[in-house]
Amino acid sequence: MVLYLARRLSASALILVGVTIVTFCLTFLIPADPVAMIAGRNSTPEMREQIRIQLGLDKPLVEQYVSYAQRLARGDFGTSYARKSEVGPLIASRLPATLLLMLGAIIAELLIGIPAGLYAASRRGETGDKVAMTLSFLTVSTPQFVLGLSLLYFFAYLLGWFPLSGYGSLSHLILPAVTLGLAGGGWYSRMMRSSMIEILRQDYIRTARAKGMSERRVMLVHALRNAILPVVAMIGLDVGIFMSGVVVVENVFGWPGIGQLMWQAIQSLDIPVIMGVTTVAALFIVAGNLLADLVAPLIDPRIRLR
Amino acid sequence: MRAFLISTAAAFALLAAAPHVLAQSPKQGGAAVVTFNNDLTTLDPQVGYDWQNWSVIKSIFDGLMDYKPGTTELEPDLAESYTVSDDGLTYTFKLRDGIKFHNGRAMTPADVKYSVERAVNPATQSPGGGYFSAIEGYDALAGGKANELSGIRIIDDKTISFTLTRPDATFLHLMAINFAYVVPKEEVEKAGADWGKKPVGTGGFKFVEWVPGQRIVLERHKDYYRSGVPYLDKLTFEFGQDPTVAILRLKNGEIDIVGDGIPPAQFTEIMADPANKDLIAEGDQLHTGYVTMNVTMPPFDNLKIRQAVNMAINKERITRLINNRGVPANQPLPPAMPGYNTDNKGYPYDPDGARKLLAEAGQPEITTELYAMNVDPNPRIAQAIQQDLAAVGIKAEIRSLAQAEVIAAGGAGKAPMIWSGGMAWIADFPDPANFYYGILGCAGAVEGGWNWAKYCNKELDARAENADAMVKADQSEKRIGEWKSVFDEVTKDAPWAPVFNEKRFTYHSARLGGDPSLFTDPIHIPVNYDYIFAKDAQ
Repeated sequence: MVLYLARRLSASALILVGVTIVTFCLTFLIPADPVAMIAGRNSTPEMREQIRIQLGLDKPLVEQYVSYAQRLARGDFGTSYARKSEVGPLIASRLPATLLLMLGAIIAELLIGIPAGLYAASRRGETGDKVAMTLSFLTVSTPQFVLGLSLLYFFAYLLGWFPLSGYGSLSHLILPAVTLGLAGGGWYSRMMRSSMIEILRQDYIRTARAKGMSERRVMLVHALRNAILPVVAMIGLDVGIFMSGVVVVENVFGWPGIGQLMWQAIQSLDIPVIMGVTTVAALFIVAGNLLADLVAPLIDPRIRLR
Repeated sequence: MRAFLISTAAAFALLAAAPHVLAQSPKQGGAAVVTFNNDLTTLDPQVGYDWQNWSVIKSIFDGLMDYKPGTTELEPDLAESYTVSDDGLTYTFKLRDGIKFHNGRAMTPADVKYSVERAVNPATQSPGGGYFSAIEGYDALAGGKANELSGIRIIDDKTISFTLTRPDATFLHLMAINFAYVVPKEEVEKAGADWGKKPVGTGGFKFVEWVPGQRIVLERHKDYYRSGVPYLDKLTFEFGQDPTVAILRLKNGEIDIVGDGIPPAQFTEIMADPANKDLIAEGDQLHTGYVTMNVTMPPFDNLKIRQAVNMAINKERITRLINNRGVPANQPLPPAMPGYNTDNKGYPYDPDGARKLLAEAGQPEITTELYAMNVDPNPRIAQAIQQDLAAVGIKAEIRSLAQAEVIAAGGAGKAPMIWSGGMAWIADFPDPANFYYGILGCAGAVEGGWNWAKYCNKELDARAENADAMVKADQSEKRIGEWKSVFDEVTKDAPWAPVFNEKRFTYHSARLGGDPSLFTDPIHIPVNYDYIFAKDAQ
């Protein structure tokens, strides 16, 4: 187990280094010049050259990456081109909002997916099952900005149940969390359904029924406990899916997290911010995957960590 | 007796004017909320250079000069008065008494000097430093060989002078742009990298807080030197507000101004609603949308082909495409700009004439590329241009890219045609010179420059410089006349096809009052926050 953990941690570190290298190279492949964006439309070639030297962008790519990586290792994310302030504190100030949103989305997808899956499994082949599965298909395939704007229009503007975007209270969290988590809820309902159906075929369920146990008790106590585990084990992987979703959802709902920061940084070609957010997001994705793998054997003893 | 008559007449005139004056000076108080989709990047006046932070900075800081609210007319601001030497090379400003920074310290000429030098100092990475290149000592400071501008002299505790290396008729405008706004050195140094997040100025609004990604709060500066303004006690900017959502919030009475403007998709519906009649202010902007044609590469090195493009584009149709949020353009300068020539009708829409010109040029079939920024409505406009060009035999492939990529392609001279929408050009100050050097002059026609047509006409450059050497007040008319003729020549040479001049429409709540020109201020884009007022405070 310790050996496994050590191996996984070092692999994770390698992945992170790989992510920074790829992102770093990609920002150079964009056919655009950050110096032109900083220097503005009245600049002379001399001024642009000066800024290029100040930022170290005149050096070879490898040298630039090495000095970036060295600073990063010390926890220094560099200075934003557009804001002229440090990127580390900038991300730190935005991260709690994103984590809160992701937590809300995880709760939302579980609250949606598990009951829906249970319901569909218990009505297998009936109309209820078909409706539930069609809905889950719809939620998985609806673009998040469409979903988000529609929820805002109906529940916040027409019905007035929730605030029209913003941040600060539970009522602000609900719509963006549902928007981010609904697709996951759809997936979970399908996983839950097939997992339940498989378990309901097992001998011990037949025994329980034969003992005269109520169908309700069979479903909620005996079957659910086993069927829910593979679903829960997936939560760690959601972190990665959510990290890409927050860019859209945070922009629709005015949620002040790193997704919003990323979107604005891309628009202004603020490379240090783009790099910083990507690195931090990768860190969370890697951690989420690791967590999912570590949790798996606790849930299913047949899985061994090697 | 005569004197008596005159004074009586004056008294009557005053009486007659009095109700008007009263109606024009609202009570102070109340608050307003403005929404933006994107958080501001910075409130550092020497660095901030986008349309969002531009007017917020204007409310927090002041310069030696400013403009009358809602107009493009220069007037002294932190300066009480100024004189210009006979050779036009020295400007001497006398500062007003009793100007205080928000931290309570009195402003001095040393602050003015520090601030302009800060804009030029390469360490600041100011996008506006180049504007001050006429000040003596610029090259040394900009080149990192000096720590100050030798041309700026503090004469006494109320007087400061600027010596220039060449006469520059735009100099007073330059003292009114954000990059020359006065900042207190001690606060800049204390805040370090965070200075752009905790600004301290002399302006009508004082900075209170900035919650990243959420809001910026300003409150009225009690020691502001202009008594009676700003009218609002508190001004809040909320971020992360998609304009579609912001409009719903405005209808709910939660916010007062949609800072990003009305989204194209909702424009017709909102304008058609009679409830909005008094809530939408309409005004001119110092903006021209144009297609650049790279004159250094075929086929656009041929004048006839450039003229043909000008005649092929149906500007009326494109203006309708943007819901008539503009007027068709006929010359590079927008109508609200001094130097706009009402006699210059530009090129008529004449596809047959265009085909004839192409035939005369010996190239009835042309294949080329049209670059455009990939944000609505620009791809749609590019498509309309593409159709118009196809109708006369010019096949233009659209290259729809991110803003930074179009700018890079334009600067590198790789783009045969660029539709300027979303990138250029709104004037930084209301003078024709601001529409020439960077985008039509030789100075901008270099690698990385903004003259995407790469049009460099040395003779016109010389005439432009000659015009800007006319600095005397009584030469101003002659100077504007000279600029007119420069732009007439540009129109004939056709490095651009001007398409439309955008108008600004600002949607605001019923509880806000103020002249519509304040909500579409040509200088304080989008809104002059200092002079709008809250009706519920009256």
